[in-house]
Amino acid sequence: MATSNRGFLQALWDFFCSLKLAISLLILLAATSIIGTIIPQGPPPPEYLQTISEAKQKLYQTLGFFDMYHSWWFILLLYLFTVNIVACSIKRLPRVWKMISEPTLVMDDGFQRSLSLTHDFKMQGDVATLRDKMTAFLKGEFAAPVITERDGEFHLFAQKSPYSRLGVYVVHLSIIVIFIGALLGSFLGYKGYVNIVEGTGTSTIYSRSGQPIDLGFTVRCDKFSVSFYDTGAPKEFKSILSVIDGGKVVIDKRPVIVNDPLTYKGITFYQSSYGPAGEGGLYHFTVRERNGGSPVKVSLQQGERKPLPDGSTLQVLEATQDVSQFIPQFSGPAARIEVTPKAGEPKAFIVFQNYPNFDEQRGGKLVFNYLGSDEKMFTGLQVAKDPGVWVVWAGCFLMVAGCCMAFFMSHKRLWVRVRNGHVTMGGTASKNPAGFQILFDELVDKLKKL
Amino acid sequence: MTSSMLFNIATFSYLISMLAFFAFLATKKKEVGLAGSLIAYLGFIVHTAAIALRWKESYDLGHGHAPLSNLYESVVFFAWTIILIFGILDLKYKYRVVGAFVIPFALFGMAWAQLSLGSGIEPLVPALQSNWLLYHVITCFLGYAAFAVACGLSIMYLIKAGKEESPTTTQAGGVIAMFPPVKVLDDLNYKAIMVGFPLLTLGIITGAAWANYAWGTYWSWDPKETWSLIVWFIYAAFLHARFTRGWVGKKAAILSIVGFAATIFCYLGVNLILSGLHSYGGGK
Repeated sequence: MATSNRGFLQALWDFFCSLKLAISLLILLAATSIIGTIIPQGPPPPEYLQTISEAKQKLYQTLGFFDMYHSWWFILLLYLFTVNIVACSIKRLPRVWKMISEPTLVMDDGFQRSLSLTHDFKMQGDVATLRDKMTAFLKGEFAAPVITERDGEFHLFAQKSPYSRLGVYVVHLSIIVIFIGALLGSFLGYKGYVNIVEGTGTSTIYSRSGQPIDLGFTVRCDKFSVSFYDTGAPKEFKSILSVIDGGKVVIDKRPVIVNDPLTYKGITFYQSSYGPAGEGGLYHFTVRERNGGSPVKVSLQQGERKPLPDGSTLQVLEATQDVSQFIPQFSGPAARIEVTPKAGEPKAFIVFQNYPNFDEQRGGKLVFNYLGSDEKMFTGLQVAKDPGVWVVWAGCFLMVAGCCMAFFMSHKRLWVRVRNGHVTMGGTASKNPAGFQILFDELVDKLKKL
Repeated sequence: MTSSMLFNIATFSYLISMLAFFAFLATKKKEVGLAGSLIAYLGFIVHTAAIALRWKESYDLGHGHAPLSNLYESVVFFAWTIILIFGILDLKYKYRVVGAFVIPFALFGMAWAQLSLGSGIEPLVPALQSNWLLYHVITCFLGYAAFAVACGLSIMYLIKAGKEESPTTTQAGGVIAMFPPVKVLDDLNYKAIMVGFPLLTLGIITGAAWANYAWGTYWSWDPKETWSLIVWFIYAAFLHARFTRGWVGKKAAILSIVGFAATIFCYLGVNLILSGLHSYGGGK
């Protein structure tokens, strides 16, 4: 029983150590990841559900395709991947470490035959002179050698960047570190949002599932503004935010724009959306008689009906801060208003703040001009707390460093055997054999000129 | 002199360069191959000047930004990086004939951009107003270009390996004989991916850093992000497959071509077919 148990464990260990498993998992992860880019993630929109059959919908639901990257089987694949990386590294690391820490110092005949690059030549001088000459040569041209004496012969060993062999394990470690960072973020952090009306503050935000979260301090939005290019495309969304902690203003009127968030006590606020607060704003207009007379200022709220000097009444139907999204030829604030004469049908039309003479073309008896509104806006902020993010960045840094070690550095080794009047050099490199051969040939040339 | 004029000259140069490389294949005359390379380099210089000029033009319009912000600009930059990587390979390894399989990628990109993509210089929307744009786009596209070169080399490998295997080798002495030996093609394919993989890794990381800075989430399984990870998985599998003996040569070449197909889908397919954060290409 015990032996079969051990046999099973051994088989399991071998399974997780196999490179074939690694390749299969990588390809499987790549293939399955595609699903979530085709099927919409999150609660499926009804128009999508109409395009698929009910059976399909049930199947997708069961397999977790609507939240594919958090489904049990995808997470399982990631765990298998992690175990695979760890097992592979544990299995191979000791051998690599031994190669680094206990290098072969002596090039005997058998070892020499295993090297693809060797060179053998005669040299004048006794053993000690040759040894010193070769030591100086290696030190000057390559790296300081380790000298071993055996049977009256001297063996010199020199190497460059042995630690580049660890590069692949640094990359493996970096993946684990990134996973740890991601787990820390998901357990200790949160993602949320909050809408703050201009001039007000809040200390409560909402998680994505709508749960309130207490910040422990207050964020106030002093002002929100949006600007546009001539083309009508948005140029900048800007909130002026202040943070009040313990009754004191700790951050005063800091502008927050997209790509420039505000961070306080590990919690970061990102500009994400905006809109009209829909409370108590006044719309301002001037109105004048077409055939003369000075303009009169009229201010009113949405839904309110105000009498005008000629007895007709004015009402604001809707207004916008930027009309270009509805009428691309125009830009800036605009309002759709309705004028009801004393006797007659009401007439609705649009007036623009940026085009003060526009209403003259309408040909009405009264000419209106929109001055804009002091309607309050709200700013929509994404809120994120992620204590794991620095672990993730550390992992990313490790990964880049590991990639550079693994791909662009090579462990180069040289052996020199010194006998009386006879020198043999051998060499090998972990990468780029063609490049190493050029270096080796150059060294041989220099050696001959000594 | 406008940037779009210069882009046209660069496109034309790549066309002539490609034709020269085809002529080189047919005639085997060294001078023709050299001409192919030189014309490609000339095109590259004009191309570089055009990108610089377009950069300046955007400043003249009052909303200066690096010319990397929409599909047109990214395709033009992609073509530039392909020629850059080809140039390095050409100067270092001197297998001139590779040009016949790599220049067409750049030419196709340039022709597509010139003929059917909107080339207007647009101001940057708030989300793109960041220095991360530069780091992210440059690393990604250098990586993509290395994969494009690897794909060209893999196609050559499959052609040559296929010809060498087939028993009717009457024609083997022709065009195919000019290809580098299959071992060299296999090795260069691996080397190109060895350069592309860390660049793609860096591209994904700079993208994640940017996303974290702009939205507070370094990874949100957006289709673009997911596809970049898919590409990363494929090339990671390729690199691991090198360690097991069975996955050199043909299998490696096929995996490299699959990897590049995924790269192109990540770059274009996601923008044009799927929706998400990188929808800058849609509708233009």
